[in-house]
Amino acid sequence: MNKDEYQKLVKKHEPQENKTQNALFAFLTGGMIGFLVEGIIQLLMGILNISRVDASTWTCLIVIFVSSLFTALGFFDNWMCKAKAGLLLPTTGFAHSVSSSALDYKKEGLVTGLGSNFFKLAGSVILYGIVSAFILVIVKVMING
Amino acid sequence: MTFIWAFIVAGLFCLVAQLILDNTKLTPGHVTSMFTVLGAILGFLGIYDKLIKLAGGGASTIISNFGYLLYKGGIEGYQSKGILGIFTGILTNGGAAIVGAVIFAVVLTIFFEPKD
Repeated sequence: MNKDEYQKLVKKHEPQENKTQNALFAFLTGGMIGFLVEGIIQLLMGILNISRVDASTWTCLIVIFVSSLFTALGFFDNWMCKAKAGLLLPTTGFAHSVSSSALDYKKEGLVTGLGSNFFKLAGSVILYGIVSAFILVIVKVMING
Repeated sequence: MTFIWAFIVAGLFCLVAQLILDNTKLTPGHVTSMFTVLGAILGFLGIYDKLIKLAGGGASTIISNFGYLLYKGGIEGYQSKGILGIFTGILTNGGAAIVGAVIFAVVLTIFFEPKD
């Protein structure tokens, strides 16, 4: 086997192994977050005696605060690299994108930097969320008459 | 049981997202937007309600929950105020996440410097 063939073989096998590992990592991290969030929700429901909806909103805010804080402290980026979708898809990813762009563009001024780049990454989530929700509400209303 | 389902549901959502990220050219921005829209669609089909009942925090922590909350807010707004209610209602449930992210990010930006 010459070098070229060997290289081809390496290329063929390397990404596949990473993909399996990435998928497993994403599943475990995402699952752990879901597990923890459910734990916090049940804890808040028990302590504050509030409904599940209110407890979920409080938990969502806690998760956003914690991930924003970890982003500001500088070690959330490393976690993000390892866990990938496991931290991207939960609310942590949304909070991370907002707080990291806020921190990064702080130097460039309050309006032209911070203000106009604040929703650079989270903006598309908000935009397409609102557009799709609006269309679906209209469709639902038309179906029901 | 909710805890186990929370782990499985949240894990599976992230697993699918990771598979999309690894096997297509889509960026994290595309994937999160897609899952938000998916959440609104699942809300429309009545599936997300069941998912939240089944998995609790596992379903409510995923970004799709944001899409679902927007849809739910729109429907609730229409029921109470008609067409105007859709405009005023869409952000009522999902607004907490946006306001929370904005406030915490701004406060933290005052106290912290970016680490390069």
